[in-house]
Amino acid sequence: MAFEVLQVLAYLVLCVSVVFYCILDGFDLGVGALHLFSKRDEDRRIFLNAIGPLWDGNEVWLVIIGGALFAAFPVAYAVIFSSFYTPIMILLAGVIFRAVAIEFRSKVHSASWRSAWDILFSVASIIIIFCVGVLIANLIEGIQIDETGLFTGTFWGFFGYYPILVGIMSISLFMMHGLVFLLMKTEGDLHDRIRTWMPAVMTFLAVFYVIVSLVTFFKAPHMVERFADYPILFIMPAIAILAIVNTPWQVHKQNDGWAFISSSIAIIFLFILFGIGTFPIMVRSSINPELFSITLYNASSAIKTLGVVLTIVAIGIPIVLAYGWYIYHIFRGKVRLDSASY
Amino acid sequence: MDVVFLSRIQFALNITFHYIFPPMSIGLGLMLVIIEGMYLKTKSPAYYKLTRFFVNIFALFFALGVATGFVQVFSFGNNWAQYSKFVGDVFGGVLAAEGIFAFFLEAGFVGVMFFGWNRVKPTTHYIATILVAIGAHFSATWIVIANSWMQTPAGYKIVGEGLKSRAVITNLWDIFFNPSSVQRLTHVILGCWIVGGFMLLSIGSYYLLKNRHLEEAKRAFRIGVIVSFITLILQLISADDTARGVAKNQPEKFAALEGVYKTREYTPITAVGYVDAKNEEVVGIKIPALLSILTYRNAKTAVPGLDQFPKENWPNVPLVFQAYHIMIALWGLMMFISILTLIFYRRIQRGGARWLLWITTCSSFLPLFANITGWYTAELGRQPWLVYNVLKTADGISRSIVAGQVVGSLIMFICIYILLLCLFLFLLNRKIQIGPLDHDEEDSLYTNPH
Repeated sequence: MAFEVLQVLAYLVLCVSVVFYCILDGFDLGVGALHLFSKRDEDRRIFLNAIGPLWDGNEVWLVIIGGALFAAFPVAYAVIFSSFYTPIMILLAGVIFRAVAIEFRSKVHSASWRSAWDILFSVASIIIIFCVGVLIANLIEGIQIDETGLFTGTFWGFFGYYPILVGIMSISLFMMHGLVFLLMKTEGDLHDRIRTWMPAVMTFLAVFYVIVSLVTFFKAPHMVERFADYPILFIMPAIAILAIVNTPWQVHKQNDGWAFISSSIAIIFLFILFGIGTFPIMVRSSINPELFSITLYNASSAIKTLGVVLTIVAIGIPIVLAYGWYIYHIFRGKVRLDSASY
Repeated sequence: MDVVFLSRIQFALNITFHYIFPPMSIGLGLMLVIIEGMYLKTKSPAYYKLTRFFVNIFALFFALGVATGFVQVFSFGNNWAQYSKFVGDVFGGVLAAEGIFAFFLEAGFVGVMFFGWNRVKPTTHYIATILVAIGAHFSATWIVIANSWMQTPAGYKIVGEGLKSRAVITNLWDIFFNPSSVQRLTHVILGCWIVGGFMLLSIGSYYLLKNRHLEEAKRAFRIGVIVSFITLILQLISADDTARGVAKNQPEKFAALEGVYKTREYTPITAVGYVDAKNEEVVGIKIPALLSILTYRNAKTAVPGLDQFPKENWPNVPLVFQAYHIMIALWGLMMFISILTLIFYRRIQRGGARWLLWITTCSSFLPLFANITGWYTAELGRQPWLVYNVLKTADGISRSIVAGQVVGSLIMFICIYILLLCLFLFLLNRKIQIGPLDHDEEDSLYTNPH
């Protein structure tokens, strides 16, 4: 196969991993963001046990993204992780504290112990989502990298108003996603109470979605160029908006499963928009976008490695998906607390 | 202090703290396969309680292993961007295999192992336990292959120049089966099994001492005694193999292990001592010709000393020497304890030899230290190279980071790790104090919290 074909395939694998990560870890991060809205210990335990058997496996996608970048696009891996050094350290602190909070919360039966871990769990979840949003926004806007891929910007340069807006929008998006997931996993009084949160979360999302969309036109006009060239692509944002609107509608009709699918489709299509806007650039250089940007063509590993990586993916992913489905199948249905619970 | 030094400290800190947990989950993973297998075979409630108890302990190790493991995936790109670009082609494929074939398996089925007691059949649960253990072992396999490639690179060629130079694959199987990967993997896995064996030995001894959970304690103790003894013996064979591999593949490192500065026949081994780096000699108790005998099975053959190699390619000899000797001394101590447990086994089962139980209770950290000093030997011994004879450590650093950033993240990690370590010890102690419970007791623990 031609080198370019392998490069694009590897890029697609990476994109699919990112989408899987956002859909799967997205709901457990969203549950984390919503965690403090419920005050009762039993409710919070149900929240944690709804994601309990699944979040570990979900976070593995983050490792896969790191591994896939390292394997298929070592230059992009090196530039992204060394340029975003400090934000990634904050993200890592969030990931560590969140994992620890989930595991440790239930181990001691004291109200103050539990509320401390509850706060940590929720704050860490929000920080992780926010950091991911900020990272994506910076990749959209471009960062200061020179012709050798050396980052010359500063830490505060990552926090312009556009990244902050995207970060907040991400929080609202994952809150919607997590809320819908909780609806699938709960029943009775708690289920009804969670349902009443939906309008607030949707308003939050709608406001920031509109703002971010408008600001993107001004801050990152290159993101919409391709849409102007190929108007047929406008079907993608249309689907994204429809999916977002459909989610509360399905919740209203009490089709929680469909609502979850709808909210997942919204996330998928938002990423497709990101992909259409940035392709083939992986890290945009704000100094000279044409010449200094890291693209999937100049960042990829050699043809042989791409072949190896894609072979591993072709063999491994079907197996992973099969047993992943099996595990989700075992833990399907409403959460009931028992001796093995958190 | 410069960025390279700080980044090395940070990497060492991250990996050391991380490596407290994987050997425990690999070793305990195997132990769980044994214990739960015994339960399915005998249907004895004692084995059931032990299984649930150790699954709880495993959950603690696993959570911390995953949390600290994330740092590793990112740390190459964060601090070692040039290195990442250089080895990405070779290293990346191995890491991708680790993620897809190993980590997914482990992280996926861990959910069934922890939460599946009331949801799946006992045999299905056992299969999940086996898959988790296999996942943990696979994980170690890929990581050790990647690390071994850095020790003894093979199956690659270098393309490009200067900042753009990188290693690309020429033969994948040569990368997987590079000269040191099989022997080093064996050594690492056995090291983890010893950790598992001593874990059972230690916890079993503790309950025997306290006269609690005696049925479970005796069984845990028995498995611990058998596993530790067998794995320690196997480790001796593997150590011999690994050391001779180092002598062949990385002679500078091998010379540093024993502080051999000058090449001479009948090369001795220093049992205990210290390296006087200034005068380039080792002071201590020496056993003549033993190193030559062990390495070449011939007393006369000289082991090449550091004088055969340019000084800028020497590792830090005193550090490597001590790390290596501490590792071996710890093995000796563990072997001694293991033999004692065999000698006094019957007396202990009848309630005697309590002094020995005190020793075995306290011995659980010995194999962990041995594992960590072993890794220090391997990694410090490879210096000043990041990839042996190919890429210097100093050339692998990220160009965009500055010392201040690394100081900041280093302080962050130190604080996080102190907190995690305190929590870990606190919770481990709690779990041990509660001890093995049967199904109803676990349920009552849940409804009537202590």
